[in-house]
Amino acid sequence: MASRLLLRAGALGYLAVLLLVPVGMVGYRTFEHGVGPVVDALSTPAAKHALYLSVVVAAIAVPLDVVFGIVAGIALARGRMPFGRLVNLLVNLPFAMSPVVIGLALFTLYGRGGWFGDWLVAHGIGVLFSVPGLVLATAFVALPFVVREIVPVLDELGTSQEQAAATLGAGPWTTFWRITLPSIRWALAYGVVLSTARALGEYGAVSIVSGDIVGRTQTLPLLVEERFRNFDDTGAYSAGFALAVVSLVVVAAMTVLSRRKEHP
Amino acid sequence: MSIDVVNVSKTFGGFHALDDVSVSIDRGRLTALLGPSGGGKSTLLRIVAGLEEPDTGRVYIDGQDMTSVPARRRGVGFVFQHYAAFPHMTVRDNVGFGLRVARVDRATRTRRVDELLDLVHLGGLAERYPSELSGGQRQRMALARALAVEPRLLLLDEPFGALDVKVRAELRAWLRQLHEQVNATTLFVTHDQEEAMELADQIVLVNAGRIEQVGTPEELYDHPANEFVMSFLGATTQLGGVAVRPHDIEVFTDPVDGGIQAMIERVVGLGFHSRVEAALPDGADVTVQLTRAHAQHLELRRGDIVYLRAVAGTAIPAS
Repeated sequence: MASRLLLRAGALGYLAVLLLVPVGMVGYRTFEHGVGPVVDALSTPAAKHALYLSVVVAAIAVPLDVVFGIVAGIALARGRMPFGRLVNLLVNLPFAMSPVVIGLALFTLYGRGGWFGDWLVAHGIGVLFSVPGLVLATAFVALPFVVREIVPVLDELGTSQEQAAATLGAGPWTTFWRITLPSIRWALAYGVVLSTARALGEYGAVSIVSGDIVGRTQTLPLLVEERFRNFDDTGAYSAGFALAVVSLVVVAAMTVLSRRKEHP
Repeated sequence: MSIDVVNVSKTFGGFHALDDVSVSIDRGRLTALLGPSGGGKSTLLRIVAGLEEPDTGRVYIDGQDMTSVPARRRGVGFVFQHYAAFPHMTVRDNVGFGLRVARVDRATRTRRVDELLDLVHLGGLAERYPSELSGGQRQRMALARALAVEPRLLLLDEPFGALDVKVRAELRAWLRQLHEQVNATTLFVTHDQEEAMELADQIVLVNAGRIEQVGTPEELYDHPANEFVMSFLGATTQLGGVAVRPHDIEVFTDPVDGGIQAMIERVVGLGFHSRVEAALPDGADVTVQLTRAHAQHLELRRGDIVYLRAVAGTAIPAS
């Protein structure tokens, strides 16, 4: 009994020290001087653009990952993927690899002297230090979430519903839209929420390919870092708080969705 | 629709599910694919439906080679053992799925679905979801869904396998009736010999990837091709090197021509009939079944010596 209490207290204490207190401090420091400075800090052109850019990048990268995730997830779960185990491994790679390494890899490929870099520059297409580079980096780091969420659901679902649809005259496309997709919709939504959170919060890979040009390639997390380095505490905390609010919304959405996932 | 399966083989990994199987199913009949689990009967059904592709061999439906035609163009209705209901659709949308895919207009669809729901006694449950139905109701919904597209061929994979005994018996009688009504060729898989005997016009007995025998229930019961068929369709016992049904053994209290001497070990009254357990001189046990009246008439007692003889034409060589 006592040992159980001790375990619980330990777990809660750990969470508090590691998570609740620091995040709470961000909230406290943000509103230390009232709401006014926060509103000011978040309505500078640089802050507005950073928020806008973060949303745009996520809005492109997440749908790309959703389409890839569905195709790869179905192929993996239905065993129609050549080298399925290898693909499974590769899909997990962004989980395991430091985002900075991903950023470096993109830099090597698309930068000057890189495999695609010179050709792209010669044709006037900018990848690094512009939106395409940010999207690539973000799509890479957020890649695994949709696949990881839908594969177990597809496995559990089995193929009999899809086969029933086939015997009733449905082609593969109809079967996908009317049978498969509705069956995985909550898992898919869960994956989308996780991907979106990751995309909006991504720092490491993006910081390398972005160049951090204020008002052009600076995303919200980059803005936080830049303000912090320039001793603009209110600016850094305000932007940081905005990101924390996004996380809270994500956590709330996850809680609701995971309940739906279990009781569709 | 008639079905002709010609020299079909199918392996899964190293396992021979079907080994050079050929069989013909007549049109309009209610046919059972009967056999022990893992014997290949479901694989055969799925190959006819186009859900599985044979490694070698051809499948003809009404004389037409359908081997490489996908399931959705075969015009077959398929009912899965575990219903394969679409959980996110109402009963109405489940049953109407095939019509919707075929772009049948809404009014016709509604009318057809209502007719079908009445046919399967689910009228009034159209707006429910599958999770709100009992197992038997779900299975009837699956059947209505398969019938909606007016299939030429109705295939059922262990249709009553997941249901309790009482519901099973009800659905059995009802399936027989439905088969007459919808006038399709019906093929169903079962491992329950009683179900096959009761329902089917014709039984195809499948075992270990091969077909043991094809015939009417009476033919299989009375003239089994081998001991496996005989033992699968009912009780058997061995008497002097032959396999025979316990009720096809005559009991005599005096020596008779061809009679084998045995000593009674036990007489068990089972209502209408009695079971006599006897031992042959070599120690082998034999079971005899006879009416209780007959057993009483013979005054059979434990320890009595009797003479047993198989009724002519009922025994087959034991393996």
